[in-house]
Amino acid sequence: MTPGEPLIRWDWIARNLDAIGQRIAEHVVLTGIAVGIGLLISFALSIWIVRQPRWYGPVTWVTGILYTIPSLALFALLIPFTGLSLLTAEIGLIGYTLLILIRNIVSGIQSVPADVREAALGMGYTQRQVLWQVELPLALAVIIAGVRIATVTTIGLTTVTALIGQGGLGYFILEGIQRFFSTPLIVGAVLSVTLAILVDGALVLVQRWLTPWTSARS
Amino acid sequence: MQPDGKGTSESAARQGASVEFRHVTKRFGAGAADGKGTPGAVNDLSLIVPPGEICVLVGPSGCGKTTSLKMVNRLVEPTEGQVLIDGQDISTVRATVLRRRIGYVIQQIGLFPHQTIGENVATVPRLLGWPKERIRSRVDELLTLIGLDPGGVRDRYPSQLSGGERQRVGVARAMAAEPPVMLMDEPFGAVDPIVRGRLQNEFLRLHQELGTTVLLVTHDIDEAIKMGDRVAIMQQGGYLAQYAPPAELLANPANDFVARFVGSDRGLKRLALMTVAEVDLREAATARVGEPVRSALARAAEAAYILLLDMDGRPEGWVNARRLRPEGTLDSEAADPSSPIFTPATTLRDALSMLLASAVQTGVVVDESGRYVGALTLEVVGAALRGATTPPPEALTIGSPSEPDDGHAAR
Repeated sequence: MTPGEPLIRWDWIARNLDAIGQRIAEHVVLTGIAVGIGLLISFALSIWIVRQPRWYGPVTWVTGILYTIPSLALFALLIPFTGLSLLTAEIGLIGYTLLILIRNIVSGIQSVPADVREAALGMGYTQRQVLWQVELPLALAVIIAGVRIATVTTIGLTTVTALIGQGGLGYFILEGIQRFFSTPLIVGAVLSVTLAILVDGALVLVQRWLTPWTSARS
Repeated sequence: MQPDGKGTSESAARQGASVEFRHVTKRFGAGAADGKGTPGAVNDLSLIVPPGEICVLVGPSGCGKTTSLKMVNRLVEPTEGQVLIDGQDISTVRATVLRRRIGYVIQQIGLFPHQTIGENVATVPRLLGWPKERIRSRVDELLTLIGLDPGGVRDRYPSQLSGGERQRVGVARAMAAEPPVMLMDEPFGAVDPIVRGRLQNEFLRLHQELGTTVLLVTHDIDEAIKMGDRVAIMQQGGYLAQYAPPAELLANPANDFVARFVGSDRGLKRLALMTVAEVDLREAATARVGEPVRSALARAAEAAYILLLDMDGRPEGWVNARRLRPEGTLDSEAADPSSPIFTPATTLRDALSMLLASAVQTGVVVDESGRYVGALTLEVVGAALRGATTPPPEALTIGSPSEPDDGHAAR
């Protein structure tokens, strides 16, 4: 940092409110696409795994490897193929959500008590009805717990996508580092954390609203 | 029961269906279809449950009773043989269609935690596509039938109910679409003994109203004797050891296994199946309040005790004939009221227990309005047991027709 420079220059913030708003919006969109598509892919894979449990090992192995690749390296590896594009950013971000989401969806479905499943079949539910009307509703709390972790993780990771020119709050962090200027760096970091906390809280509320039976007590 | 009784007209009009196992064998594991594989979970099971009866499958764990039950709703498919409902081979019916016509209650109840009590009970009607209004009124009717307040529990979740209430809801859910057959797998196993007794009685009452055919699995021989019109005792390896009404099982166990399984106290168990109405009562010497002692003594002849009745014929108590002075009249002050009182519906087991505990050892039997009808002594109870225990010689011959109605009469 430049000596004598204050940690935060409030006048910079006041002058850049529009840019800050734009970066927040970019960040939310990047995260939303990643978690949304990640959820769709994970959901399909999970349903398949529940029916064919022998694929659980291979799928978690592949997504686990994906999860451990450092994000910078992953983006660098993708650039030759997909360039400095949104696609590059999202491939990475989506890849990181899969392990968490698949694990939670599968274990959520597997945690449905055997007697509940047996009662459903015994009363004449079809396999499809058991899945949609019994297993998925009961797995919802665990699934949303997975979505919370995946979302918070992705909000953090999205700051890196600024490196490949996709904006988001990481832009400020990058700017702060390059200009030895602490204000945008702090603004980017604090807003990213705040966004994560707010979205996480919102998802808790969504979960309570969707699963009223978990909070019902006599 | 009463076919034209009000409130249950629709249900009572429906009859239970017969259920038949025809040489049913189930083997699990590799090669099962070729007659190899593991030893049979169920071995050549043949039995017929007549419409409207409660058939209890009982036996130690591993005897194949639950497997047999699950072959009725095709949660398990037989390796060999057929299961027929009302004469129709169920393997020709689509499993989901079949199951929606069969009530199913399991020990853990399996209520859907994410659905309200009302939604749980409405499960099968919803699957069958009943109109909303009909489902709603049926749910309320059922909740009332099982003794819960519809307004109070309809919108609550299973986690908010007690174990006994959840069990009742499980039964209501199974009955919702008025199935002609109900399967119950240890339905009263998860509640404490006091609640269990009450639920069993409630279910017997419900069953009398509904006339559904019931197959019930238990490992508890007392429950089997109490609930069953017929009891199928199964033994390890999936063999049917005996299939008979409870009284018949207790009186004539088919082999050592059955005798051991029903227990050495089977005499007492049989008494629980018999009521005071079924025995030949003694006549006590009786006299009316206000009657001259002299005439009472004359009629009592040798009797040491005279039963004093009030003007309506209700017993006041016993008077010791030898302590009476011949002058004057009888009044209730002299009567000792400590004798046990029975009604025709009292079981002989309860009667015996009360007789043994009382000082008098002679019980007074009264009718519904409390009027004296006869006296019950230990000798009478003993004679009843011996009379029914000793089988007529021909009943010892294997395969001879026994008395299939014993179980009914006893209840």
